[in-house]
Amino acid sequence: MSAPELVVRNARRLGAPVDLLLAGGRVLDCLAHDPKRSHEGATIIEAGGAVLLPSLIDAHVHLREPGFEYKEDIASGLTAAAFGGIGRVMCMANTRPVNDDASVTESILDTARKARPFGPFVHPIGALTKGLKGEALSPMADMAQAGCVAFSNDGVPVANTELFRRALEYAATVGRPVIDHCEDPHLFPGAGMNEGAVSSRLGLRGQPWVAEVLQVERDILLAEYLGVPIHLAHVSCRQSVERIAAAKAKGLAVTAETCPHYLFFTEEAVLGYDTAAKVNPPLRTKDDVQALRQALAEGLIDILATDHAPHAAHEKEVEFQDAPCGISGLDTALALTWKLVAAGQLTELEFETRWRHAPAAIFGLPACHLSPGDPADFVLFDPMAEWIVGSEAMHSKSTNTPLLGKTLKGKVTAHYLAGRDVLA
Amino acid sequence: MERDTRLTWPHKDLLDVDQLSLDDVSTIFKAAASFQEINSRPVKKVPTLRGKTVVLFFAEPSTRTKTSFDMAAKRLSADTFSLAKSGSSLSKGESLKDTALTLQAMSLDAIVIRHAASGAAQFLAERLDASIINAGDGWHAHPTQALLDAFSLYQEWGSLAGKTVCILGDIAHSRVARSNVQLLTKLGAKVRLCAPRTLLPASTEGWPVEVFTDLKPALREVNAVMCLRLQLERQQAGLLPDLREYARTFGLSARHLKDAAPEALVLHPGPINRGVEIDSSLADARESLILDQVAAGVAVRMALLFLYLTRKEGST
Repeated sequence: MSAPELVVRNARRLGAPVDLLLAGGRVLDCLAHDPKRSHEGATIIEAGGAVLLPSLIDAHVHLREPGFEYKEDIASGLTAAAFGGIGRVMCMANTRPVNDDASVTESILDTARKARPFGPFVHPIGALTKGLKGEALSPMADMAQAGCVAFSNDGVPVANTELFRRALEYAATVGRPVIDHCEDPHLFPGAGMNEGAVSSRLGLRGQPWVAEVLQVERDILLAEYLGVPIHLAHVSCRQSVERIAAAKAKGLAVTAETCPHYLFFTEEAVLGYDTAAKVNPPLRTKDDVQALRQALAEGLIDILATDHAPHAAHEKEVEFQDAPCGISGLDTALALTWKLVAAGQLTELEFETRWRHAPAAIFGLPACHLSPGDPADFVLFDPMAEWIVGSEAMHSKSTNTPLLGKTLKGKVTAHYLAGRDVLA
Repeated sequence: MERDTRLTWPHKDLLDVDQLSLDDVSTIFKAAASFQEINSRPVKKVPTLRGKTVVLFFAEPSTRTKTSFDMAAKRLSADTFSLAKSGSSLSKGESLKDTALTLQAMSLDAIVIRHAASGAAQFLAERLDASIINAGDGWHAHPTQALLDAFSLYQEWGSLAGKTVCILGDIAHSRVARSNVQLLTKLGAKVRLCAPRTLLPASTEGWPVEVFTDLKPALREVNAVMCLRLQLERQQAGLLPDLREYARTFGLSARHLKDAAPEALVLHPGPINRGVEIDSSLADARESLILDQVAAGVAVRMALLFLYLTRKEGST
């Protein structure tokens, strides 16, 4: 074994104290912590018992550039990711222009490289259809070659099942998974509020869970019929989980994600017409939260992703019905979801699987178990450090989150990619 | 006595009836009764609110409610100014927040707001020092309508305790229904809702009501029926096949009232679609309180403006 250049000493990995030895941007070894072991010539990071995690992958992010830089740009989004412990960001195509062409993909990658040459890194998700209009396939082979790791019509799901079927087949030909935002196009799309007790009380139009599940079921049937993989974005309700469980039991290549907000908030967050809690799909009920937490622990939901959807303050400070849907999530995701580990609802291994190993496997991104030879991509996380969610502590340009003003426990204290400090 | 009222009125804004205690409602009714007396005088104007400024901010078309508030304010000698959607900066694309900040800068005493968005009154209340009186926000709340409805019934019955009121029609999209369910229940009445499933709220979980989709059992032994206006666009939205069928199955006529308790009353917030939600002759019949509601509306709104606008004199 060559001599380590960098050593993280006395970190806690999967519950045990370890020393992580790194050189040449890769992991040399991860050994049981030994206070007496000396590492001459190596830079030492004293972790002081902080949690050691592989750097996270966020498979669902809206970086807003090009076109909506007042909400977020690639540089600010990636800085938020860095401080959020996220080293790889998959960005959705609903920019202006839409990322439906290799030239847009290349320009996003180029901007990201210039803004943060050492990461966090961007992996664009190409538009499934031209202009996200659901009318014609986008040039997926070109875009895959340019760097798109998946395709999606996120936000504007393809209503035409014939076209969606062809899109699935074509994406499979190109060797990229399709990510689907499941929402019936007629059952109050984009209401941003669950249809139920709270919407009825507040006099708001709600979107019922059945709007999501209709498309989940359609997608699962297509995956079965065509024998293609499909990834279901931001699952929000128990009934979707039940369909996903059945699909997995059949051995279909169906994977699913949920987002931190669906695990910690219910429709009651909208009371008082709080537009920070307006999100699509909407926050649902306590029963759904329980079902999602359980599905996440069981692996029926494969991954966690933020659906980071920044919006400017003036866009959210309007009548509820006129506010855009979305929650800013990069800054808070790790700390918020770590609560599940702290509460014993998710093991540390399950946590890092949902945030790193599973998304890496689904989308073909580098694996990182912090084993010898893996990239030196890691995060140190102090689970006890408290901070107040707000514009001073957040790195995203937008603070549209129902956590605003609340105290969160847990903070990223170090983040290295290929052995380089990305918080510097 | 009026002086005591000033000292004790605890609210800055009227957003919905759930803010009001039974004592508050009783205070409003007492004041409304005394203002109703003023409204029967040859000279219907008192100087109570001289020097106070009330803005009528109607971002959704309304003739009756706006006129009622305008008259109420003027009879109390307040100055009123109108800010209507067509004539205001809203049509130039100004946000509600900027409209709110502009109004704030004008040092007003009260803003009466009617708005198509649920929550719009609360939005203003959170940002302005002036009293916000909700004159209807989206499908959410219409507290002054509920108060005038309850006041009309109170004047007929002396008490609402033990009475049964059926609210009939488009409950799903009705702020009048939402506020009335709360207020009538608070005053001791039992409330029934009756509508086709397509016009009921998605959930009535936690609502203190009995829900019916059939008119006949819904009206059995009721003491009053409150018909709601059917917006004609509900048919275009696919919630109803046609108005003729609606009139036949859910429209109220004298024939239906036979199942109700003796001397059952009929209310309607107006404007009425004669022959749709209510039979034309019934609207004009002895049982109908519709015009009493209009008169009660002015008195109740006078009471509210009085209570909210004189509140500061006594509160420290």
